[in-house]
Amino acid sequence: GRARPSHSEPRGRDGRGGEEEEEVWHQLYPGHIPTSPLQKALLAAGSAVMALYDPYRHDMVAVLGETTGCLALPNLRDKMKNHPEGYRILQERPRICLSTLDMARLQGLPDGSLGREYVRFLEDNKVSPDTRMPPKFVDDEELAYVIQRYREVHDLMHTLLGMPTNMLGEVVVKWFEAVQTGLPMCILGAAFGPLRLSARKLQVLATELVPWAIRSGLNASCILNIYYEQRWEQPVESLREELGIFPPP
Amino acid sequence: CCCRALVARPAGGLRTLRGVATGPEMHFGFQTVTEEERREKIYQVFESVAKKYDVMNDSMTLGIHRVWKDILIHKMNPSPGTLLLDVAGGTGDIAFRFINYIRSVRERQLQRKLRHHQNLSWQEIFESYQKDKFNSLGDSQVVVCDINREMLKVGKQKAEHLGYAEGLSWVLGNAEELPFDDDMFDVYTIAFGIRNVTRIDLALQEAYRVLKPGGRFLCLEFSHVSNPLLSRLYDLYSFQFIPVLGEVIAGDWKSYQYLVESIRRFPPQEELKAMIEDAGFFRVDYENLNFGIVAIHSGFKL
Repeated sequence: GRARPSHSEPRGRDGRGGEEEEEVWHQLYPGHIPTSPLQKALLAAGSAVMALYDPYRHDMVAVLGETTGCLALPNLRDKMKNHPEGYRILQERPRICLSTLDMARLQGLPDGSLGREYVRFLEDNKVSPDTRMPPKFVDDEELAYVIQRYREVHDLMHTLLGMPTNMLGEVVVKWFEAVQTGLPMCILGAAFGPLRLSARKLQVLATELVPWAIRSGLNASCILNIYYEQRWEQPVESLREELGIFPPP
Repeated sequence: CCCRALVARPAGGLRTLRGVATGPEMHFGFQTVTEEERREKIYQVFESVAKKYDVMNDSMTLGIHRVWKDILIHKMNPSPGTLLLDVAGGTGDIAFRFINYIRSVRERQLQRKLRHHQNLSWQEIFESYQKDKFNSLGDSQVVVCDINREMLKVGKQKAEHLGYAEGLSWVLGNAEELPFDDDMFDVYTIAFGIRNVTRIDLALQEAYRVLKPGGRFLCLEFSHVSNPLLSRLYDLYSFQFIPVLGEVIAGDWKSYQYLVESIRRFPPQEELKAMIEDAGFFRVDYENLNFGIVAIHSGFKL
């Protein structure tokens, strides 16, 4: 379809405020909703509150990530551009979802390989790669892909770090991602997630898991620069070493 | 002013949807669509918002919508025995208020009657009270009609939850083609619904048809704010805040973007008045609430 300038609407009524300038905002990608800076600020605040109030609102966590990622996302994209494998990913735009994954093949891979362990993780925790929200509020088509890639790689992070999808496991992964990506949403999740944990779990978290996650995160190279789809056969151990993730405690 | 840059509001991605279905072009918010597409899109909007409709109303209007609806019923001032048709009445707000009003009027009637019966024995008073209790609504009835199944479902659940059963019925129907006979109802109301009707003229004609002679038409709807300062503030609030609220509370930006756009596209007070007169109503008048954010239009079938 074509985009028509707003002033060709049949009636120009009062109450249509600042429509004098012909700002026709296009959809940059399917699902894109263009937003003004004020709307982004309101969304960031609202989604943060809602995500804390109702942790099952994953869509709110996603929205928070999109509206606050304006500094971290270009950073990530540049890291990818300057790395040969990352650059290829940006060009080829691979997607991790049920339609692109050959689950049967991955299941047939030897134990300890990335593909086999990934499938095991999905089965054990009863999750599917298709539950990731597509981005809506990112105003750059390439950055939208970057955040989409980050979301799809999240499950692989669980696999590499050996963390389950319970609250504790998620918090640990968030700490790792916060250090790796610098996304404010990860930082907030890492800081506020522990509020919902019991004292015992908090202790384990504080003494062992978080320090390890931080050290690994700082030591590892950028996790978005690995073309995971081409490394299903690679053993998890070897990939950890290559990236620089320390063995889990 | 600095607000401009902050508020550079997108026009909502205008597209001309020339699909296979041809037909006259209409507006869906700020988009241009065919009549059939518009009906479908609006149906989908309400299907998706139905469960959170009441929560969203309270959040968007900060609870003020309740006052508006109260004012509508007070203006109606129904007496026991009134037959009301509430079109696009989905979640039942108007119907429940109507029932409450009738009940309180009825109670006052009974109390007055009892006061006049000071010289009766307790037995006789008790008996007369029992008799009246059987029709606490005094034969009043309200029919809630809505085109959207989801909205009706929510309304029925609410009624059950709040304990409304007597004198209340729920009908699936289209405001442009009501499933009722001519000259049936004393009052016809449509609260925040006529904006979503694709052919307003047809809805008004139907309203005229199903009302009894002497019947009253009442329409509560968002309208136009003429005060320029207030209008800008209202725009800011509508376009910047409401879709965000929709996303955060209901996970649905697009429906609430449609909502605020559809308000801007709706005919202003005088134009709606003329349309109502065209349908045959007399003594058509309107009352602005909150500087025109909302208006109540009223007309009579004579």
